[in-house]
Amino acid sequence: MKQPNINIALYKTMYMIRRTEEVIQSHYLEDEMKTPMHMSMGEEAIASGVCHALKAEDQILGSYRSHGIYIAKTQETDKFFAEMYGKVTGTSKGKAGSMHLLAPGSGLVCTSAIVGSSIPVALGFAFANKYSNNNKIAAVFFGDGAIDEGVFWESLNFACLKKLQVLFVCEDNGFAVHSHTSDRHGYDSIADIVSKFDCNVFKSNSSDAEVIYNITKDAIKAIQDNERPAFLYLRYYRYLEHVGVFEDFKAGYRLRDEFEKWLKVDPVRIQREKLLKLIKEGDLVSLEREVDQKVESSRLKAKQADFPCVDIAFEDTYI
Amino acid sequence: MKRMITYRQALNEAIITEMSRDSSVFIYGIDVADHKRIFGSGNGILEEFGKDRCFSTPLSECAMTSFGLGAALSGLRPIHVHMRVDFMILAMNELTNMIASFSYGSCGQLKVPMVIRAVIGRGWGQSWQHSKTLHSWFAHIPGLKVVMPSRPSDAKGMLISAIRNNNPVVFIEHRWLYDVIGEVPEENNPEALTGCRVLRQGSDISVLAVSWMNVEALQAAEVLEKHGIKLEIIDARSISPFDDVTVLESVKKTGHLIIADYDWIHCGFGAEVATRIYEKSMNSLKSPITRIGFAEAHCPCSRPLENAFYPSAVDIIRSVEKKLKLSRIDLSGEDFYSYEKKFKGPF
Repeated sequence: MKQPNINIALYKTMYMIRRTEEVIQSHYLEDEMKTPMHMSMGEEAIASGVCHALKAEDQILGSYRSHGIYIAKTQETDKFFAEMYGKVTGTSKGKAGSMHLLAPGSGLVCTSAIVGSSIPVALGFAFANKYSNNNKIAAVFFGDGAIDEGVFWESLNFACLKKLQVLFVCEDNGFAVHSHTSDRHGYDSIADIVSKFDCNVFKSNSSDAEVIYNITKDAIKAIQDNERPAFLYLRYYRYLEHVGVFEDFKAGYRLRDEFEKWLKVDPVRIQREKLLKLIKEGDLVSLEREVDQKVESSRLKAKQADFPCVDIAFEDTYI
Repeated sequence: MKRMITYRQALNEAIITEMSRDSSVFIYGIDVADHKRIFGSGNGILEEFGKDRCFSTPLSECAMTSFGLGAALSGLRPIHVHMRVDFMILAMNELTNMIASFSYGSCGQLKVPMVIRAVIGRGWGQSWQHSKTLHSWFAHIPGLKVVMPSRPSDAKGMLISAIRNNNPVVFIEHRWLYDVIGEVPEENNPEALTGCRVLRQGSDISVLAVSWMNVEALQAAEVLEKHGIKLEIIDARSISPFDDVTVLESVKKTGHLIIADYDWIHCGFGAEVATRIYEKSMNSLKSPITRIGFAEAHCPCSRPLENAFYPSAVDIIRSVEKKLKLSRIDLSGEDFYSYEKKFKGPF
């Protein structure tokens, strides 16, 4: 265990994401969080590993499945839950919901529910970073479905052409909605194809947050060394249905056996086991209870908060 | 002495002025930095500001549109240029799902100070993929501003305002207007991005014209004046948000309205304006509102077919005759389409 502090931080973030989503699961059927939940469960190591490797001032962009990266980048759950409950205290005063989380002050500058559409936005951030020479990196998270979109290829090309400091984080869970990769791709390895571009390519199948943290650090170093963007190809397993809070193995498009295999290397559990060799279990449990309280307190505050007044529906179309 | 310059020069002045004033402004798009410089409107920009602030891009309309969005969200002021409006259709997702909604969805935490310039093509056999206008598409989307100046002074002033504005502005320029000459102040005065402009006062019939149709309407007005009919020509200028006050006042005076749009009529801008006038001033109308626009077809290549597709000064004159129950005016001695005669292609 070479990096005790970062391993605790990686775990705390993953635990917070997992706990937050478990709380959503427990309360979703109360029908007060009226927003389509695209859950991050299973993806925690990527959100935590990549975001901890970034600087606080770096920008991140994501898709409609952004609970994980939101929590990893902001470390907060008050505004998050308020947005889920549609309350005025939410990230966008209840206008946006689960699919359009934002935290510009913490660097989460864009999430979008059109697959692939955040990717080119990252180019603009990276261009502006280069323009002002501020050494920030723009990291954009997207699924393997997004690489089916033309705009992914347009964006990859432009980032390579203009030597933009973009970190492309491809999170491959094997499915675009319910269509398996093998039903969509006329090639085997996206990483191989991207490596033909003027781009740094890194890949990992690991669910170990520390591995992902380190590979992200390598990617960032490569970006800075050779002024090329980096493409990070990472695998994970989506534990729950495409949208919603339940399992969907009965639907027949994927097998529970696959899930069981990934569950053996569940990112939250393996990181906990790693930490038990490093710190006392009591300390770990008190860290967990602290997060539990924070999450439950956020949910309660959100539940009790006011709905936005209706005028807010008409505000900010134009500035 | 009046300072007379072309619409093309007016655009150029606005861009150079703003890029000199504000280092966050940059301009990009397909072939923006080539030898033709967007029909001359971009002359001198590359030389003065360098390739970091003026550059051609890959043919990637989707990515390049949201690239501009990201730059704008970061605080830069991008000007994205399309040599044809038609190419923007490739980026409608970026425009409608992304750019238009950022200020709204972020409750004003994020803003999109971005200008998207697009040129309407016509003539030299453009046919149907290089000749659209699409302003009614863009105007339908809340969060976008849509302007279509027809005069050089507005081209300069409104482009200055568009660049300084903190909202995304779609700025649509008719290719033929590039050669129009008009008085343009040397000073860099921003022009409002909303509100119509009365180009010619008259008492008999109001004509609200869009983009190139202002040129046609002014020609129609000159012909009709010889026959004792006075048209009031109103340049719509700003399609969205649209301020109807000028049109309402004019209609109260004349009692007649012709909307000369430069687009298909069905579900178009003219329908929106007509409805507003009916809603707000039905009793001042002496005749039903007339809408003029493209034929309900795609733009054909061959010259006689193309001429039949487009609305013209003649259509305005014939509509006036109908409204005022006049006998048919002999137009055989009139010289129409003067700007087309100047236009030599190849675009």
